[in-house]
Amino acid sequence: MSAPSPRAPLPKGPRPIRVLVAKAGLDGHDRGAKVVAQALRDAGMEVVYTGLRQTPEMIVKAASEEDVDAIGISLLSGAHMTVFPRVLDLLRENGLSHVLLTGGGVIPEKDREALRAAGVGMLFGPGTRTSDLIQYIQREVALRRAHSA
Amino acid sequence: MSKTPRPPDASAILRGDRRALGRGLTCVEAMDDEALALLDALWGSTGRARRIGITGPPGVGKSTLASGVIRAYRAGGRGVGVLAVDPSSPVTGGALLGDRHRLGAEAHDPKVFFRSFGSRGSTGGLSRAAPFALDILDAAGFDVVLVETAGVGQTEIEVAATADSVAVVLSPESGDAVQAMKAGLIEIADVLCVNKADREGAEAMVEALDAMLDRAPPAPWRPPVVRTRGLEDASPLFEALETHGKWLLEGGRLEERRRRGLRGRLRSLVHALLAERLLAGQDALLDARAGEAASKRRSLLDAARSTVEEILR
Repeated sequence: MSAPSPRAPLPKGPRPIRVLVAKAGLDGHDRGAKVVAQALRDAGMEVVYTGLRQTPEMIVKAASEEDVDAIGISLLSGAHMTVFPRVLDLLRENGLSHVLLTGGGVIPEKDREALRAAGVGMLFGPGTRTSDLIQYIQREVALRRAHSA
Repeated sequence: MSKTPRPPDASAILRGDRRALGRGLTCVEAMDDEALALLDALWGSTGRARRIGITGPPGVGKSTLASGVIRAYRAGGRGVGVLAVDPSSPVTGGALLGDRHRLGAEAHDPKVFFRSFGSRGSTGGLSRAAPFALDILDAAGFDVVLVETAGVGQTEIEVAATADSVAVVLSPESGDAVQAMKAGLIEIADVLCVNKADREGAEAMVEALDAMLDRAPPAPWRPPVVRTRGLEDASPLFEALETHGKWLLEGGRLEERRRRGLRGRLRSLVHALLAERLLAGQDALLDARAGEAASKRRSLLDAARSTVEEILR
């Protein structure tokens, strides 16, 4: 291949997309989050699964330590209008504004639009095909990686 | 290639900047060109942390026990950096990194830093990258650096074995002690831990491990066999690890162990660098010799030897 150089000894491939999947709020329904985590893994992503009852602070701390490209929050408790903006603020405060914030749950269309306007990515409702979510994350992360290169 | 926010900043890592440390670990994980500069800058600050390795078969409760050990160190006021390695799918390259999920209050403790790696195939990359990740956590100033790996592949076992004190965790469900011996787990253990000790078969496993240790050739340290029952009862593991840590501090044992560890890592790195350098641009030669072996004009071993001769000529 290239001329010998003191490079680090490892074959290089594209870095897998890393996604944090978190369940925010106080409800204990993490079935959807687990289905999504598995689908993303099967699409070749590295999925950090944090489990139930994550606060925005815990989610952003994890995103920072795990250096993820995207965060997917599953939220069924109705707290989306506080959780998503708070996570977005914390991401900006922590130098993580390149991270895609997406998610899903039972979120009215009006609220989705307001959150999108604030800088949150697409939010997916019940019945979404995982292939749509996968394509969306792949496309967004590719754009963001290219943008920061 | 990449610029904002890509270049990891060694001085920010030394200052304890979480974001910079997260970024630095990504570079080391990929072993890209930036990783070299970062490791050069941080190398002088390594060697201060106490390094703990925890490994064992899947499902024995490693992550839960690791949380217990983290909690015990935190109770003593010590900062803990954690690297958890989970297997990647050989088919898709994806991975479900779920060890973080076992953290309790530690998930928002600013003195705990938790990073997950996927094993990313069996190219041997992990065995070189993961110890460098521990070096970086060490340089970042954590008092304790803990690595947790599934003891399923040689690489994962080797990674855990680079620690100062290594715990091998088994459970009554994880197969008998002979299985653990076959996997090469017993000989790297400084502490043997039988978790889920309240379950049936636990005592028999403890006895089998003790009997196995009785038959082993005498060594300066005999691994204790401890019983634990998950998070609420992880203290026997913590105490045994600390006892081993104190033993290492006597008579220069720790320095000797680390020197040996570094020599092993150096050898593996030199091996990889040599192979990469010598094989660069030799694809046609490899194709030709492989063709000869396929058509039985030479044996495979003869083809390999003659390839080496030609490369070195």
